Amino acid sequence: MSRRPLVAILALAGVATLLAGCASPSTGSGNGSSESGSETSATPVVEQTLTVFAAASLKDTFTELATEFEESHPGVTVSLNFAGSADLVSQVTEGAPADIVAFADEKNMAKLTDAGLIDGTPELFASNTLEIAVPPGNPRGITSFRDLAKPGAKVVVCAAQVPCGSATVKIEEATGITLTPVSEESAVTDVLGKVSSGEADAGLVYVTDVEAAGDTVEGVTFPESSGAVNTYPIGVVAASTLPELASEFSALVTGADGQKILAAAGFAKP
Amino acid sequence: MPETDRRPGSRRQASRRVTLGGIPAWVAAVAVIGALLIVVPIVSLATRVDWAHFGSLITSESSLAALALSLRTSVASTALCVILGVPLALVLARTSFPGKRILRALILLPLVLPPVVGGIALLAAFGRRGLLGAPLEVLGVTIAFSAVAVVLAQTFVALPFLVLSLEAALRAAGSRYEAVASTLGASPSTVFRRVTLPLVLPGLVTGAVLAFARALGEFGATLTFAGSLEGVTRTLPLEIYLQRETDPEAAVALALVLVVVAVIVMVVTYGRREIR
Repeated sequence: MSRRPLVAILALAGVATLLAGCASPSTGSGNGSSESGSETSATPVVEQTLTVFAAASLKDTFTELATEFEESHPGVTVSLNFAGSADLVSQVTEGAPADIVAFADEKNMAKLTDAGLIDGTPELFASNTLEIAVPPGNPRGITSFRDLAKPGAKVVVCAAQVPCGSATVKIEEATGITLTPVSEESAVTDVLGKVSSGEADAGLVYVTDVEAAGDTVEGVTFPESSGAVNTYPIGVVAASTLPELASEFSALVTGADGQKILAAAGFAKP
Repeated sequence: MPETDRRPGSRRQASRRVTLGGIPAWVAAVAVIGALLIVVPIVSLATRVDWAHFGSLITSESSLAALALSLRTSVASTALCVILGVPLALVLARTSFPGKRILRALILLPLVLPPVVGGIALLAAFGRRGLLGAPLEVLGVTIAFSAVAVVLAQTFVALPFLVLSLEAALRAAGSRYEAVASTLGASPSTVFRRVTLPLVLPGLVTGAVLAFARALGEFGATLTFAGSLEGVTRTLPLEIYLQRETDPEAAVALALVLVVVAVIVMVVTYGRREIR
């Protein structure tokens, strides 16, 4: 009987070392893959992994930018993590190993700067406005923001708690037009999904979402959208072990190349 | 940490001595780690709760609306599970026909499917452009974005739990009493009402409680199929997901409410008996 707790403790310690053993090869294999990725060059290159946390709406553009960055920085692997801005904030707050963060609104960045988790002042690199998405053929004939309030039109928007939803509320307040949506989704991709599947007659999403959705939805622009612009900030995480590399990535995003890629995806200047 | 883990076990076995029943000690030690993997996150969640404001966090207008909707829809889907699941379990346990194995596998599919896949499948069936949804729309019946959609999604994921529990109970009970009753002249319907149902009632209750718990926790299929609108389709799990964006404290508090409900359900269902 008295031996049993000891055995349990020993086993616990054994599993702990096992887990630790699992953890180190996985980082090793990460380096290994980047090794095979970079061409064999004459000078020995230092293998480094830059971890970028970016808002879900930046998926296409940042993937493209990461590839470009890897090409111009031999030995560097850019590891991308895309999620809702609020998710990313909580991950960084909980100590996730991010080197650089980019969000869909300044409110979320402020949470990190207020907590002293960002090195220096974040830079603004893009802006996004809302657009009406309708199923192909626009069955309800929606041509303006006012049309969204038409009786019988099934409209899906983002919930006020998320960036695209707070932009929606801002436009409603500015125009005095109150929408009665059938659903208030927690992510812009869910709004888009409801429209592209034809469940909803219209949805309010970002200009860049309509662009990225291709033929599955049609976009209807409306002048009132300029009343609610979301600005995207990027910043280097204070705890980053690669602050110089992170600054270089930030410079790529805010520089001419980055701005060209972002503009092609529908983003406007900040 | 081991303290918190040992407590529930020692309470139940207070009257009996701890015996390893012949299994190696290291197996028991790994089992402890396995249990900790489940218990530690749940306990950690409780440590994150802002207890000073717990009451106000879970009684906000939107939280109460979500809780009320969750309870209403879960009760409705449990009822639907019982109505549809009892005949299904009977057919699977008692009848024989070609393709029965395939039918059972199909019915149990929601157990292993990611709920979001269930949601997409439900959209394909009951959505506006769905196989059944399109003709229903012509008749003026719309399911998407309504509480009916929530109930459908919950029933879809919860039905296998009821069918599985009840089928096991039916097989364990055997059909001897039923055979005797029918030789004494009872019609099949009488046998069903007076013999079969009373015999498997505990299994039915277990299945219904499990189905209720699964319905209460349904998230992915609801989000995909029903949407999210306060008081109409935004159930407690969806509310937690949304609250996390702006008010993580409220999300944690609501999460704990769901954990407590789940613990009660599990204790009621499995706590009293040894697992067979």
